[in-house]
Amino acid sequence: MKKAFAPLLVVVAIMFVVAPFLIANAPYESTMGLIQKIFYYHVPSWFAMYIAIGVCGVASAVYLFKGTLIADAYATAGAEVAVVFGLCGLITGPLWGRVAWGVWWQWDVRLTTALLLELIFVAYLMVRQFGGPGAEKLAAATAIFGTATAPFVYKSVDIWRTVHPNTNVIPTLKPSMGGPFAFSSLAFILLSTLLVTARVHLAKRQMMLDELYLAHEEES
Amino acid sequence: MMLLTQALFALGLQPPPGQSEFIPLNELPASEKLPAAPFLIAAYAFVWVAVMFYLWTIWRRLNKVEADLDALARKTPPR
Repeated sequence: MKKAFAPLLVVVAIMFVVAPFLIANAPYESTMGLIQKIFYYHVPSWFAMYIAIGVCGVASAVYLFKGTLIADAYATAGAEVAVVFGLCGLITGPLWGRVAWGVWWQWDVRLTTALLLELIFVAYLMVRQFGGPGAEKLAAATAIFGTATAPFVYKSVDIWRTVHPNTNVIPTLKPSMGGPFAFSSLAFILLSTLLVTARVHLAKRQMMLDELYLAHEEES
Repeated sequence: MMLLTQALFALGLQPPPGQSEFIPLNELPASEKLPAAPFLIAAYAFVWVAVMFYLWTIWRRLNKVEADLDALARKTPPR
């Protein structure tokens, strides 16, 4: 992955330059018009968040039950990236809603659970930052609960009555809209993977620094 | 009495009055128009800025760790 990182970063950058052109050429949705084009960034942001949450959840479980330090590094990276993309989803959504629904926010089930999911991963990072000794294990348990919540957030629009479009919208997209959407989603998923990789590299260097400090103190 | 209740109930079920005129979109007062483009641009720009900012924070933290590693390597006598 180390060797592939730079070329992949270039590929992702190119994809993010190309994506707006594809999105601009996609047809307008019949009821919402231009504002619906936020969809091509809004939904892929959530996809990227779900990928990062998956990494965080699995790595947290491994860390909690096996105590592997590298798993903890992956969990932290996943949580940070999940918070970044969650924030993107939570900002782009109300910008879309203000024009399409006439309001910035509705306390409906999808919006509320999505906000709670974001807050769970913010809590994960805060526990790690301010929790003191043993906070890593407490944070890992929080991440497992957060990961278990994610499928409910995704399916909430199909289970409960909500103003938010349901999950059936994506598989029924016409090719003229589905193509740009798939391209944009791939770009976001790749970007999410690269950000997790970069953050894991940082965590590994931090671990090395901590080990060296300990060795240095033992010597002196 | 029952008839009166039913009449009142039926009155309550009446559909709202029909639209009495069509107003072309370009004749709407400016206060009622909500252009989509600024919202769309704001959404795309926010994603770009958020990702760039996060990348910058990783890069900054990594530089600091590398500087600390170098400083520690200089302090440690060679074996």
